[in-house]
Amino acid sequence: MGNLTLLFHQPVLNLQLLIDGILVGAIFAFVAYGMALVWGVMNIINVAQGEFVVLGGYVVFFLAQAGVYPLLAVPAAAILIAIVAWGLYRAVIFRVVDKDPFNSILATFGLSILIQQLANQLFGSDVRTVESGVGSLLLAGGMVTISGIKLVAFIGTLVLGLVLVLVLQKSRLGQAIRATAQNARAARILGVDADRVYAATFAINGAICGAAGGLVAMTWIIHPYLGLTYTIRSFMIVIAAGLGNLAGVVFAGTGLGVAENYAGFVMGAEYQAAFVFSLLVVILVGRNLRLLRKREYLK
Amino acid sequence: MTKPFRQPAIYAGIGVIVLVAPWVAPSIVTQMAFLWLMVVFALTWDIMGGQMGYNSFGNILFFGVGAYVCAVVQRDSGLRYSSALALGAALAATAATVVAAILGPAVLALRGHYFAIATLGLGIAAADIAAGWHYIGAASGIVTPLFPGAIGDRGRFFYYLLFLVAAFAFSTLRWLYRTRFGLAINAIRDDEEKAEAMGIHTTRYKTAAWCISALFLGLAGAVAGNLAGFIDPHEFAFAGSSYGVWMILMAILGGRGTLWGPVIGAMVFHVTQELFWTYLLGWQRVAMGLFILLVVVFFPTGIVGWFQQSWSRRLGCAAGGLTPDVPSGQTGD
Repeated sequence: MGNLTLLFHQPVLNLQLLIDGILVGAIFAFVAYGMALVWGVMNIINVAQGEFVVLGGYVVFFLAQAGVYPLLAVPAAAILIAIVAWGLYRAVIFRVVDKDPFNSILATFGLSILIQQLANQLFGSDVRTVESGVGSLLLAGGMVTISGIKLVAFIGTLVLGLVLVLVLQKSRLGQAIRATAQNARAARILGVDADRVYAATFAINGAICGAAGGLVAMTWIIHPYLGLTYTIRSFMIVIAAGLGNLAGVVFAGTGLGVAENYAGFVMGAEYQAAFVFSLLVVILVGRNLRLLRKREYLK
Repeated sequence: MTKPFRQPAIYAGIGVIVLVAPWVAPSIVTQMAFLWLMVVFALTWDIMGGQMGYNSFGNILFFGVGAYVCAVVQRDSGLRYSSALALGAALAATAATVVAAILGPAVLALRGHYFAIATLGLGIAAADIAAGWHYIGAASGIVTPLFPGAIGDRGRFFYYLLFLVAAFAFSTLRWLYRTRFGLAINAIRDDEEKAEAMGIHTTRYKTAAWCISALFLGLAGAVAGNLAGFIDPHEFAFAGSSYGVWMILMAILGGRGTLWGPVIGAMVFHVTQELFWTYLLGWQRVAMGLFILLVVVFFPTGIVGWFQQSWSRRLGCAAGGLTPDVPSGQTGD
């Protein structure tokens, strides 16, 4: 708790934590877009979400090792993971869409373990990171540093949000996705190929995760067992924001980033993950308790 | 043979096999002891997941609490080995039950997706907290005291002890599923609103079911921690991605919502897992992930469920004797 008093003696630290938290939270929001999309359209909670992120990170890592400029490797990761996600939909996920929701959670959980172990086996359990090649900004006379890559990630999240909204509103595919999300059966009757819409949705989610993974690899680290924290974070963000609320996702994401940064600073980094998971339970139970007064529950 | 005679005969047969097994195959007695642990895992998960329709991803929490409480009691109580173990196991079961009773009313108010993910979070949070808490050894874990007897006796001792826990769990559940309690939790699974409208105090029943689950898991954790000899927060006590998922998989593989399903599932699963470990060394975890995926996607009815669907009709009777609790929700209504 010594760090808590430090926050009052050095107010500028607050600024650092706040800015860092907001920028970091944007990356969480980035991943959460994908989860919200898959959840809203396919009614699947993709537990393998974080594993897609980690895979994207590995793509950027290996491309950067091969001499590609890291930021240019991010789109490559997006495309590659989109293809992986599409393949996984065709192989496995299509069998659990429209079934008992528990089956899809468990199936994607199995998928997450499979990807995790494959990554461990193929890429090794070492902690990897990529040097972004983007410098840092110094503010407040050098007391506050903003790493350039986090800023890039933040702007990227806002842009991606806008692009997603535009695609969903304007494009033919976006309309088909929204129609399927509203009522899959009616959409089928009107000639929408729901199966292809699901495949496209899952692939878009893969692309989002892949790009996010690249940013994660440049901002912090990746290793095979990192996935679940990203899954849980994005789940939490979607719960807090509510389904179908993209602006809410950004706010919830940055809020989570700030909260997590403060918790990590005050309680020590070893409790940061514990904080994330406990917060998840608290948020879920809290939201549910408010509904229970009206004799409802989270659906 | 008529039905009243058949069941005791089956149970007696199983009992004899169980008693002599460690003397027939002493080299695999530890693996067989772990088999009973798996049976407890599957049985206790099925109370919630199969009979009550609450699919928990975090039941491993109670196992870990049990393992840690017992190990701490053994470390700090200063008693002899046997009395420390007995006291530790009793306190472990109590602690796990208390944790379930405290968390129950709030967490069990969640449903479906939300309950599953919340319990997943609970299990992982517990692992991370245990890994940071120095009193219980933090990330380096905690070592349980040495078994005082001969090495050969150690395996057999824990084998019989874990079998006792499994048998205790099985007979308790066998009795419970035939009482009003079993009917009530099945009603909650089939339609919670209607169950509540019929006057069932759902929160109380749900919490009680979780407490029963936690009781046996806490006991099993206490004993299994001593069998393993070393309690690691992530790899053993709160091993969400191995034990935590396996318990779900075993129950599904055997047949959710049946009494014998989890037992059979645990046995088939444990043998499969040992085979993976023997023949696919290095890739066994990958194979396990694939196995989970295949079972969930292609075989969600489970062995007993499949048997009930396809064979009992053909034979006209046989399957009913072993599985008296055919859940209406599983066979399609």
